[in-house]
Amino acid sequence: MNGKELKKNIMALLQCNARISNEEIAERLNSTADEVTAVIKKLEKTGVILGYSTIMRPDDDSDEVRAIIEVQVQPERDTGFDNVARKLAKFAEVRSVYLVSGHYDLRLEIVGHSLQEIAFFVASKLSSQKGVKSTATLFMLKKYKEAGIEFDKEEKNERLKVFP
Amino acid sequence: MSDLKFSHKWVAQHIADLPRSGIRKFFDLVNTMDDVISLSIGEPDFVTPWNIREATIYALNRGITTYTSNLGDLKLRESICRYFSKKFGGKYSPETECIVTVGVSEGLDILLRAVLNEGDEVLYQEPCYVSYAPCISMTHAVPVAVETYEKNGFALDVADLEKKVSPKTKVLLLNYPNNPTGAGLTLEDKKRIAEFAIKHDLLVISDEIYEEINYRPHVRTIAALPGMRERTVVLNGFSKAFAMTGFRIAFAVGPRDIIDAMMKIHQYTMLCASSFIQKGAIEALERGGLSRAKMCKEYEQRRNVIVNRLNKMGLSTFTPSGAFYVFPNISSTGLSSEEFSMQLLQKKKVAVVPGTAFGACGEGYVRCSYATSLEEIKTAMVRIQEFLQELPAKSVKGGAV
Repeated sequence: MNGKELKKNIMALLQCNARISNEEIAERLNSTADEVTAVIKKLEKTGVILGYSTIMRPDDDSDEVRAIIEVQVQPERDTGFDNVARKLAKFAEVRSVYLVSGHYDLRLEIVGHSLQEIAFFVASKLSSQKGVKSTATLFMLKKYKEAGIEFDKEEKNERLKVFP
Repeated sequence: MSDLKFSHKWVAQHIADLPRSGIRKFFDLVNTMDDVISLSIGEPDFVTPWNIREATIYALNRGITTYTSNLGDLKLRESICRYFSKKFGGKYSPETECIVTVGVSEGLDILLRAVLNEGDEVLYQEPCYVSYAPCISMTHAVPVAVETYEKNGFALDVADLEKKVSPKTKVLLLNYPNNPTGAGLTLEDKKRIAEFAIKHDLLVISDEIYEEINYRPHVRTIAALPGMRERTVVLNGFSKAFAMTGFRIAFAVGPRDIIDAMMKIHQYTMLCASSFIQKGAIEALERGGLSRAKMCKEYEQRRNVIVNRLNKMGLSTFTPSGAFYVFPNISSTGLSSEEFSMQLLQKKKVAVVPGTAFGACGEGYVRCSYATSLEEIKTAMVRIQEFLQELPAKSVKGGAV
């Protein structure tokens, strides 16, 4: 396996399971733990890997509220949507920002403790930003799949124990 | 007892003569035990990708519940021939050179019946899948095993073929990537075997059911080598590549006259494969690539782990290039394949299949399937390591796992 391929495979494994050990990665890819460690360190240093997070099932008594905000933006000469997008990304409440095609421009994911909190954030912080033309708030009601992981697993079908 | 004896007289002689699998007792024991980690399962541990299941359900919703053409749904045959030529390099007509079968098992059965006369000899490689010799015997032809060896990477050696060929030999039956060894053939290997087949005017049956689970770049099917198209029938299917074992769906491509002869048997005995399943199979070929590649990558990584660990603990293990089996050499333990498997099961609750289940030359080996989660594989490896360490006297050399 060449360096490029090794890097690609390591990233794919980490994206599936960020807690996988370097030893296991090495064993899966016929490499060594040292080599894997070096590749990951480099990916972190060069900013390809920006962080590691966890996919969690929402707690029943969690006081967390999430919403998707569709934002229409007046683009600027030379910089387009970048300035507004970067500014919005600075708010701690904003979990993600994407520029998307379609009938709005930026897609934000917001997290807060109550509907009121999010409503306040949208009205006072987002809408008032220069360049923001309009917003639409979509509250998330239930999560079924995130980062490729389904929340409701299928019942496992038992295979025959021996089959030639 | 007397009832048994009495009813036995109705059983056809050649069926009564079929050897009963010697490891039946072992299989039965596995099934009575709890908490066994089974490395004995010859099917994917993945559930069929959703888009394929969904397409099958949609076919039912649309009322696709009737027979199809005997050869199979033409749309599926077109899809098969397109896919096959693009991927493996053999061109076939969907109208006349392709038949959809109920698993490769049915394909092999009707193909052997279509081409063999009583007394014809069939060369087939060993170790091999358990059904080859019995299926040949059931046609009243004669199975002639050609052993393959670890030292040759379990590839067929033409010198060994030459020793077994006779004027009565009509067919050469191949299975690469191989169950149980995981061995594959290089293009050079295929060329040598093709030359041999042409020299002795043999029909080649190439069971390529594991072709898609291949860790090396694909090399052309033997059917696409010069002079081979007219003497080769390729059997392939959806079970392993797309995790569709329970769907029972496969195909054969080959020369028109042979496909037509297979169709005759198929139309009288099977009529056709399930119609809605055939719709799922189209989805697999047209849009199943992503899931297939993902499963294949996972198999490859598990292979790396299992080969590495077995070798480390002192069981010399050939690195397979395809399928999802490893075939470690256990002769250093001093145990026979069956003793090893039985003791490992009883002492450590790990089930592997004795190599002798796949032919006499499988003695000294066991088959481990890595179509099971890596967690289970790792636990099994730790238990096998313990088992080896606890063996009296003739313990094997090797480090910790």
